[in-house]
Amino acid sequence: MTRAAPVFATAAMVLLVLAATALALDIAGYDATLAMRALWRGSFGSWFAFGSATLVRAVPLVLAGLAVALAFRAGIWNIGAEGQLLAGAAAATAAALMLGGAPPAVTLTLVLAAGIGAGAIWAGIAAALRRRFGVLEVISTIMLNFVALHLVSFLVRGPLQEPLGIYPQSPTIPPGARLPLLASPSRLHAGLLLAVMAAPALWWMLRATAFGLRLRAVGASPRAARSAGGIAVDRVVFGAFLLSGALAGLAGAAEVSGVTYALYENLSPGYGYSAIAIALLARLDPLGVVASGIFFAGLESGALAMQRDAGVPSVVVYLVEAVLILLVLAMPATRRAIERRLPASAVGVPDETSA
Amino acid sequence: MSDAATAFLEAAVRTATPLALAALGETISQRGGVVNVGLEGIVLAGAFGALVGGYPGPMFSGEGSLAAGYTVAVIGGMVLAALFATMTVSLRANQIITGTALTLFAAGLTGTLYRAGYGAGGAALALPVAGVVRVPLLSDLPVIGPAFFAQPPTTLLLYVLIPLAWLLLTRTHSGIALRAVGEHPEAAIAAGVDPARVRWTALMISGALGGLSGATLVLEQSGTFAEGISAGRGFIAIAIVVLARWSPLGIAAAALLFGAATALQFLIQSMGVRLPYQLPLALPYILTLVMLAVSGRRARAPAALGRD
Repeated sequence: MTRAAPVFATAAMVLLVLAATALALDIAGYDATLAMRALWRGSFGSWFAFGSATLVRAVPLVLAGLAVALAFRAGIWNIGAEGQLLAGAAAATAAALMLGGAPPAVTLTLVLAAGIGAGAIWAGIAAALRRRFGVLEVISTIMLNFVALHLVSFLVRGPLQEPLGIYPQSPTIPPGARLPLLASPSRLHAGLLLAVMAAPALWWMLRATAFGLRLRAVGASPRAARSAGGIAVDRVVFGAFLLSGALAGLAGAAEVSGVTYALYENLSPGYGYSAIAIALLARLDPLGVVASGIFFAGLESGALAMQRDAGVPSVVVYLVEAVLILLVLAMPATRRAIERRLPASAVGVPDETSA
Repeated sequence: MSDAATAFLEAAVRTATPLALAALGETISQRGGVVNVGLEGIVLAGAFGALVGGYPGPMFSGEGSLAAGYTVAVIGGMVLAALFATMTVSLRANQIITGTALTLFAAGLTGTLYRAGYGAGGAALALPVAGVVRVPLLSDLPVIGPAFFAQPPTTLLLYVLIPLAWLLLTRTHSGIALRAVGEHPEAAIAAGVDPARVRWTALMISGALGGLSGATLVLEQSGTFAEGISAGRGFIAIAIVVLARWSPLGIAAAALLFGAATALQFLIQSMGVRLPYQLPLALPYILTLVMLAVSGRRARAPAALGRD
């Protein structure tokens, strides 16, 4: 099978799903033509929509998508990008508020580092639970998503609340802690460069470094990696888990530092969950994540326009995303492409012998 | 004092009911070698089904009723379980990814239908709510009587379902076939058992129980539907399965233990301790992590769990 086959299959599937969505909207009594026009106009139809909506939204989606792709390839079921992103956003906000007086370059670096560190720590809880107690990370990472949500809710009503104590949000972070805008007046910020550079970096790491080689070996078969490759599977898995959390944490930091300039509860409309769909649609390929991340960002931005113009509930986009993953898994061409990059005994139950 | 104890136990049983139902279904599918992480989506679909059956609202025609609520909830759970079975048993897609996708699918589907059918604000919902059923004699027992035997109908049904599931798994031919498929599919095939058929059946039972679990949230507890009302209960139920070591009787104990630990917060609050209100909200999830860490490595899962 050529490399292009799954790409064509994916593209055909996406078009098919969009056509089916239009048909379903028509049957449900919406003006499907109006809705589809709004979807296009709100996503890729103009430079303004593309720059200020789609690409801005693509930053957290691509970074979190990379987090999921990396974890899955190492045989780690990290469903917790959402919680790691929130942890990153909270830590970045706290750092930005504390570092008011430092030079901008220093502040910005530390703000992003705080996000990366907090994301890694939040993932580290699940990683440690897996390593020490054999806890299924599918469940633990989801539980940590809920905990992170309530933690942010506590922070914006407690220690990080704005001084007036009226709104459940943090104060605005100082200008020095903000990612520069790339093309003012557009809202596009330098986080896009981080996301676009992280993808080839990850691709290169997986392909050319010793850690990447070990990680892929562990992902393909933990048993063979240990016995034939002499690889310390536990340490590789632990490291990959932290790195995955770090990427998701960076997504949260970039969102605070580049878009919202403050921490609040609904900071993420589920970026960490969309990230799973993005990683799978890209068949866990880091470079593909950039394309599928931008595509999903457009879809989600367009859905908001669709709600404004045609009254279609914007949550329909999450249904479309889920249908896409199910189809990717159901179609032989795309499924084989994903499963080649997954552990052969992909059980989700940590390998007992890995202790 | 006995009033406080009754209230505490009553709250524990109320929290445990939807978890035990969903966990019981997951136990049956996992005993057959299938991890269904989509359980969360199944519970959510059940909750939405209960809303549609109980109060069809402006979008769906017809009169709602309590019976229709339970029925549509069970059907909703089974439809999602059938989707999962098609993907994982028939098409042999990865169980974990499919389950995750199923949960996202249920969230998107119920969210869209809810907003399209019931309006963004949800409107004032006129849902029928199941009352408490008092079991004669037993409900008159001191302390435990009102806590265990004056409960909504589904809780009482659980007292029958749990021993039934235990009998099914340990004492019937079907149960032995199911466990054979979960432990050693090749041996099961050699003995003339069709693993695909067994797993399909197990998943449909699991879907029905998961749907019923969602129904209890809507028809017996909150009296309304909200987006994401399942709030991770499907995942917590999977943790309970592990803690209970894949045994139906263990499910009852583990779910009750979880319910009691969660209900402790009411006791703490009644003692006048002031804590941030987010702490009790986060408590079930933290407890689940602790529970999994405690049961961790000692638990032995069915050997073929998660393998096609």
